[in-house]
Amino acid sequence: MSGLSANVLYVLVGTVLFGISAGLLGTFVVLRRQALIGDALAHAALPGICLAFLLSGGMKHPVFFICGAVVTGLLGSLAMRAIVRQSRIKEDTALGLVLSVFFGVGILLLTYIQHQPFGNQSGIDRFLFGQAAAIVGRDLWLFGGIAGMVICAVMVMYKELKVLVFDPDFARSIGLPLSRIDMIVLVLTVLVVTAGLQSVGVVLMAAMLVTPAVAARQWTDRLGAMLGYSAVFGALASMSGTGLSTLAPHMPTGPWIVVCATAIFALSLVMAPHRGIAPRWWRHRQTSHRIHEENTLRTLYRLVEDGRGENVSIAMMQQYRAISLRQGIQILARLERRGFVIPIGDRAAWHLTSAGLREAERLVRRHRLWEVYLSRYLQLGPGAVHAGAEDIEHILTPELEARLEAVLQHPAVDPHARKIPYATGEER
Amino acid sequence: MTAALLIIGTGGLVAASCGLLGSFLILRRMSMLGDAISHAVLPGIALAFLLTQSRHPIPMLFGASTLGLVTAFCTEFLHRTGRLASDAAIGVTFTWLFAVGVIVISLFAGQIDLDQECVLYGEIAYVPWDTWIVGGRSLGPRALWIMGGVFCCDLAFVFLCYKELKVTTFDPDLARTLGISTRTFHYLLMGAVSMTTVAAFELVGAILVVAMLIAPGATAYLLTDRLGWLLLWSVAIGILSAAGGYGLAMMIDASIAGAMATVAGGFFVLALLGAPHHGIISRHLARRRSFGNGPPVT
Repeated sequence: MSGLSANVLYVLVGTVLFGISAGLLGTFVVLRRQALIGDALAHAALPGICLAFLLSGGMKHPVFFICGAVVTGLLGSLAMRAIVRQSRIKEDTALGLVLSVFFGVGILLLTYIQHQPFGNQSGIDRFLFGQAAAIVGRDLWLFGGIAGMVICAVMVMYKELKVLVFDPDFARSIGLPLSRIDMIVLVLTVLVVTAGLQSVGVVLMAAMLVTPAVAARQWTDRLGAMLGYSAVFGALASMSGTGLSTLAPHMPTGPWIVVCATAIFALSLVMAPHRGIAPRWWRHRQTSHRIHEENTLRTLYRLVEDGRGENVSIAMMQQYRAISLRQGIQILARLERRGFVIPIGDRAAWHLTSAGLREAERLVRRHRLWEVYLSRYLQLGPGAVHAGAEDIEHILTPELEARLEAVLQHPAVDPHARKIPYATGEER
Repeated sequence: MTAALLIIGTGGLVAASCGLLGSFLILRRMSMLGDAISHAVLPGIALAFLLTQSRHPIPMLFGASTLGLVTAFCTEFLHRTGRLASDAAIGVTFTWLFAVGVIVISLFAGQIDLDQECVLYGEIAYVPWDTWIVGGRSLGPRALWIMGGVFCCDLAFVFLCYKELKVTTFDPDLARTLGISTRTFHYLLMGAVSMTTVAAFELVGAILVVAMLIAPGATAYLLTDRLGWLLLWSVAIGILSAAGGYGLAMMIDASIAGAMATVAGGFFVLALLGAPHHGIISRHLARRRSFGNGPPVT
């Protein structure tokens, strides 16, 4: 019993350490628009692992495997750069090419090994599909070491990394050793990817670099915070994925970790306060409601101004503004809640309250002041000024309005010869 | 001998179908979308297995193509509405779908005759023995028929829509003014890629399909500047890789699919170095020549 729980603990600690380091490095990878580099590096590691196995004569020590994987991973990324720099092949093609051809060579070597007399239980598949359950105490030192290196590197080189991500030209101009920093990041990424092969496998490695980082991007615009979020998300995904996979026997850990990471991402995509889809939709809805309400208030004001009576029906409003009956009812109900109108009789007509009148005057004043401004300073004809004012009245701030009023010297009428209402209730 | 010919023939059909479509993926800078689709079809295949309880190719093709289109849609959605960079959108989408596929397979391991090794390597060596039997008569390997059908579909698609594919690839703005929907052809191409990928999946595995999609097209891209020749070269190089790969695999007794990818990569390296206009060597020589004779004459 205690053996089992110790084993689960090893797996948990191992995957969490890996999740943290992948989350941290993933932030830089995603911000530099190289999201799929982890995918390529993971695939390019396979021939290295096989070669290490062959050269060491069948030794199965993970350090050999990792050395091999790091060598071919680096080779793959250098090949990618060389192809893009030396020919007209584009980046995405170079990436796919290196990924698939290196992997093909790896498969070739792997099957070659399997057909050799010593290769029957080579344990290489563990690197292919990920087998977090096989993490033992010895591996924890490795994961811990890599996580420690990543955290140290990020802390020590934070400023340099920031410049590298956001303004490489500036970094070059102030004489930072850009290629050396770039190389350090690459080596660290290769190390993390190689370690990750054991817990999530080749194909899902890309997710551990990309998904927590893009989820973190939803919550913040600051690099430091994004690093924090990303590391936490990576750890959280590893923890919950490992937990879920222990619920049933023979469940693969890697895919569950990725599914958890994707769930975190999906939540962030929808719910994150600023960039999230739901808050964005809500803000859009609020703005559109406000604009409709303000337009309706102005229409009510016009109807009163034109002497059509104090009590206004929706049919009368429709003569001034293209709204449907349903829309009209909804907007008036919202205005009623805000105390700007009151219904008369059987809700057939509506009456502006004094608060509503003040609000309407404010809007009409802005609208007409802007019309005056357009016609006086931009020499637009009376027919052309209305559309512009229709848009700007919703976003003019009181300060701008006061400036406008002063610049125009309190005009009495707008270009259509309508009176501009100055504050009636409030003293000036 | 006939077994070898059958394997080379099937591999050649895989390479030719992939080469045709892959050329367009490369030109449209969507190589990685091909990679994503080839992985994301896994849950589609698993679900088709689960629902029909058979390896019948029609539901499998249908399920996988649906998932391929779902990948294309998801990527587009995350890119447009979710404001993700397109490569990040691809990375999130396909890994998630692949993970779901692996989970479905391990949940119903007893019912799905599909293991992870098969997903990653495929097994083209068994092609000659898996024959299609209709009314007691053997019509030859089933995979050959399926791949042949897929190749004909792809060929017909490229042949019939050649002009539309060309204009939407090179000049989407012109296509729009001509009234050709770039979206329609984007999704048609994605549908064709999904179908081809899933048919080739069992034979060469999820990742080597990507090698077949990209490597011949990329090699051809270094050899010519004309679309028609690009397609021809890429089909030819694909078929050569299949044949060469079979030879290499026999020589060292290893995976045929892996050897095909290796040979395709070898062709690319050759072209990268020695292609007449776009190769490294000829570019280097041209530069030296122009330096040697003073400023280049234009």
